[in-house]
Amino acid sequence: MAVATKTAPAVAEDRELLISGSEAVAEALALADIDVVTAYPIRPYDTVMQAIAKKIANGQLVAEYIVAEGEHSQFEVVKHASTVGARVFCGSSGVGWAYAMECLVVTPPLRVPMVAMVGNRALDDPGAFGVEHNDALFVRDLGWMLVWIDSSQEALDTTLIGYRLAEDRRVFLPLAISADGAFLTHSQALTLVPPKAKVERFLPPYNRGDLLLHPDNPITVAPQANEDWVIEIRRQNNEAMARAVIVIEEAYADFRTIFGRGPENPWFEEYMTDDAEIILVGMGTISLPIKVGIRNMRAQGKKVGLVRLRWFRPFPTDRLVAALSKASVIGVIDRDYSFGSPFGSGVVANEIRAAMYNAPKRPPLVSFICGLGGREVTLEDVYKVTDLCYNAAKTGKSDTKTHWLGVRE
Amino acid sequence: MPETTFTNATQVLEAFKGIKKVTIEEYFTSGHRTCQGCESALVMKLMVKAAGPRTIVLGSTGCMYVANTTYYTTPWVVPWMHTQLGSSGAAALGTAAGLKALMRKGKMKSEPINVIAFCGDGGGADMGLNGISATLTHKEYNSLILLYDNESYANTDIQLSGLTPYGAHTTFSPPGSVKRLIHTRWKKNVAGMLAAGHTECRYVATVCASFAVEMMNKVRRALTIGGPTFIHSLDPCPKGWDYDPMLSHDLGELAIETGIFPLYEVDDGLLKYYGKTKAIVEGRKRKPVREYLLKQGRFAHFTEEDLAYFQAKVDEMWEKWEIPGVVPFKRLEAAKAALEVK
Repeated sequence: MAVATKTAPAVAEDRELLISGSEAVAEALALADIDVVTAYPIRPYDTVMQAIAKKIANGQLVAEYIVAEGEHSQFEVVKHASTVGARVFCGSSGVGWAYAMECLVVTPPLRVPMVAMVGNRALDDPGAFGVEHNDALFVRDLGWMLVWIDSSQEALDTTLIGYRLAEDRRVFLPLAISADGAFLTHSQALTLVPPKAKVERFLPPYNRGDLLLHPDNPITVAPQANEDWVIEIRRQNNEAMARAVIVIEEAYADFRTIFGRGPENPWFEEYMTDDAEIILVGMGTISLPIKVGIRNMRAQGKKVGLVRLRWFRPFPTDRLVAALSKASVIGVIDRDYSFGSPFGSGVVANEIRAAMYNAPKRPPLVSFICGLGGREVTLEDVYKVTDLCYNAAKTGKSDTKTHWLGVRE
Repeated sequence: MPETTFTNATQVLEAFKGIKKVTIEEYFTSGHRTCQGCESALVMKLMVKAAGPRTIVLGSTGCMYVANTTYYTTPWVVPWMHTQLGSSGAAALGTAAGLKALMRKGKMKSEPINVIAFCGDGGGADMGLNGISATLTHKEYNSLILLYDNESYANTDIQLSGLTPYGAHTTFSPPGSVKRLIHTRWKKNVAGMLAAGHTECRYVATVCASFAVEMMNKVRRALTIGGPTFIHSLDPCPKGWDYDPMLSHDLGELAIETGIFPLYEVDDGLLKYYGKTKAIVEGRKRKPVREYLLKQGRFAHFTEEDLAYFQAKVDEMWEKWEIPGVVPFKRLEAAKAALEVK
């Protein structure tokens, strides 16, 4: 695994393409030479399958491309292909991801290193195409690694990193890459596409080792275990997730060495947090209006910063606590909901509350829910968030209420 | 391109010419805990004996999962993997697609490996039907889906499935003092439906382990012909059907002799009846269904009226169906006559 020690050779330069987040994932999949991919239509993730289909049709990728008859089969087909040694890709959105739920459950304990893309979408009913993060969050407790991205470049890079991470024998867990529906899946940006030679140096072939299902290795996989062994198997998953923390650090470091880009801190992006009094936290493309808002507020002398959380599982508890403890107030903006939860907050706010519990310095935390169903998060919303955080700074107390923004009352 | 060296060939498994020619090696051996008289366990044994060692088996949830594989013990000599209750179709397809991708891209040594996914009647004919249907349309992937039909969810306490016979007593259809019959749906015609609806599936067959050599040869044919194939096996179940375990073999024979479960294959579109079913088609009298039904406790509550209804439904499939025992459309003459009446 010591790929980082190799020096970057003089190879063809990166190509720069104007592509969407979904197309960027497809570029990465061709570079990763995936073997089996299964598609089923649901907006907005399906744009990645359309892009892969074109690549296969044009000979840029040789892979079995199977259009399944539903998401349940879609995820089962690639699960089984992975157990015989194939590198696989799958994905879905909203209720499609929910329809596959049984298959999402079995993938981590089977130690299938699948990479999937979730084009985040509101759940039915009523039907809505827009972004909410509840779909991907379904699997937050199950052994799936979860990462949120906010640009086409990050989509491409994270897909390559994703295979390196998931297929590392210390991990062998599936990864879901979340891309906000429409805002990222369908929005184009200039993206650097690396040459295959660089990718081959970063990403070793998938080796299933002694877990390979093959007549030369006649193993029995997933026999009925019951109370005799189930808790030990759960513990193994838990330890794999813990080891993923180390492997993520390694993978990003090697990525930076070989490709010459990528963040120093894999876990979250810090934007103007060095001197920030108020630190806002969010996941995905909500970062864009928040960053604009921060720049405008800084021009008025308000010291506001952003922590954009990339990795939700494994959750970067220590690093995040260290980063957030510096603030006078933390404002967490969820693009999801968790009805009946503590304080009625979204999932991210309550994760952060839990992470901060043992922290020596716990700034007041204000929780927000906004942008559900793909509703635009406006600069006015960002200013309102900041104002409410400054109010909490005056009292020095956490707000026990969760504020819904942009809602018709 | 490494693709040029990949042929997508299957293993050529010639039919066993009689019981003495059957290979001696077993690939499903000790290590399971199925019931005494379990015909489904016999089906597993014969299925993989017929397939041979270069085989991968996928087993969907059901008694042939739970009773066969207990952690730290396994009867499977060939590689075996669990799949979800409704996933036999996807398991066969995914395994075959993975092998094909790796072989055609030169990432794995190219050789024909049998892929068999099995499912019970609940997993196959109820929950997994759409997945099986989809797989039978993917003609470029070689696999066999074998449905072992013991006519109930036998792993979970004997609940009725879409393949439980009319009127049978199950834990979800107990006969009561007011309502004698809870389960009044007629059994799905799975093999006929799949053969008729998947025109590029080259092999569909029905089997019964009471006729073991025929059953193994149908498995061998299904694996040799190529593409996705399907076999429906009727398996008497002492626990679910409530009879003495020593009668399993006899009940299998009776199911055929009464005409309730016909034995046939559809091989590249050609229908061929087998054994005692063939004799029925050629004019041999069917045994009355009561000889079969009344040997089983699950029909102990049947009245003469119930037996007559059951007999009439079986008579219909032999006397009125366009293709007797296989395709339930009314015969053309009957259809024409009906038009003339109008």
